[in-house]
Amino acid sequence: MNQTEIMNFVQDTLVEKKEWPAFKAGDNVTVHYKIREGNKERIQPFQGVVLQRRGSGATETFTVRKISGNTGVERVFPLHSPFIERIDLNRRGVVRRARIFYLRKLRGKRARIKEKRI
Amino acid sequence: MTSIFDASGKNVPCTVIQAGPCVVTQIKTRKTDGYEAIQLAFDEKKEKHTSRALKGHFDKAKTTPKRVVAEFTRFEKEHQKQFGDELKADIFIEGEYIDVVGISKGKGFQGVVKRHGFAGVGQATHGQHNRLRAPGSLGASSWPSRVFKGMRMAGRTGGNRVKMINLQIMKLLPEQNIVVVKGSVPGPNGSYLILERWS
Repeated sequence: MNQTEIMNFVQDTLVEKKEWPAFKAGDNVTVHYKIREGNKERIQPFQGVVLQRRGSGATETFTVRKISGNTGVERVFPLHSPFIERIDLNRRGVVRRARIFYLRKLRGKRARIKEKRI
Repeated sequence: MTSIFDASGKNVPCTVIQAGPCVVTQIKTRKTDGYEAIQLAFDEKKEKHTSRALKGHFDKAKTTPKRVVAEFTRFEKEHQKQFGDELKADIFIEGEYIDVVGISKGKGFQGVVKRHGFAGVGQATHGQHNRLRAPGSLGASSWPSRVFKGMRMAGRTGGNRVKMINLQIMKLLPEQNIVVVKGSVPGPNGSYLILERWS
C-alpha cells in the first residue's frame, strides 16, 4: 500500500463514517448533539446556518452559526463525531460560494438567505 | 496525520505509521563486531537501484533489496531473532507507550526568535527601528572580551535527529503492519522512523 492508500484504509477502518443528509454552506440545519453531564446524557439541538464544510475524510468538520439573543454563536462540529445523534436539514439556501463568512458582518434583514426551490 | 475518536468520544490527533515488515539482515555479536546488535532492513526498492555490495548483503539474508537499514542494540530477549527473520508490527501492544525517532523537518537558516525562542524586542513603536527580531547583547564587554562558546545565535534549524518520548499506541492493525500513535512525530510525511520501547 502506498501512503494515500494507507491513510484511506486507516480512516475507513478506525472512524465510523455516518450518513447525513447532503448539506452545504447556506443550508439551515439542526444538529442534535449528545451532552454528558455526570452520568446523565441529554440531547441538545443546535440550529443555524452552515458557514462552511472543511477538510475531507475522517477529519471533516462543519461550522454552524446561529444568532442567540443578539449575539452570533458559531460552533464547529466534526462531521463523524460520535456525539452527533442526528442532523436535520431544515431548508436549503441559495449561496454562490462554498464558505459564506460574509454572513458574519450582516445583521437582521440583510442576513437572510434565499431558499432554494426544488 | 489524522484523527480518531477514542472510547469516550474524544477526538484524538494521531499519526499513522507503517511499521514493518522488517527483515533481520545481520546479527552482530561481541565476538565478531565487538558489540551486540541486530540490523533491520525496511521498504522495498528495485534491484537496479541497488549497489552490488548491498545486493550481496541482502542476498545473504535471502531477501529482496531494501531502502533503509538500521541497527538496534539492547533488543529484548524474547524477540531475539534469527538471520533472515521478519519483524512485524505485532511486537507492539495496543495502548502501550513507545518512543519515536525521526529526522525533523529542515527549516533552513533561521533567526534566534524561531530557532531558540527568543522574545525579540517586543515593541514596534517608541523609536523602535528594524531590530524587531534581533538577538540583543551577546555578553559583557572588556571582560571577557570574547563571545562565550555555545552562545545561541541564528543558523541552520531543523533537520536534526529528534526523539518523541511516551507516545501512546492508540490502535494497532497487525495485519497491515500499521501503528497509529497519539500526537505528532518528527519529520515530513513519508519519512523513515525508528520505534522504540523500554521495558
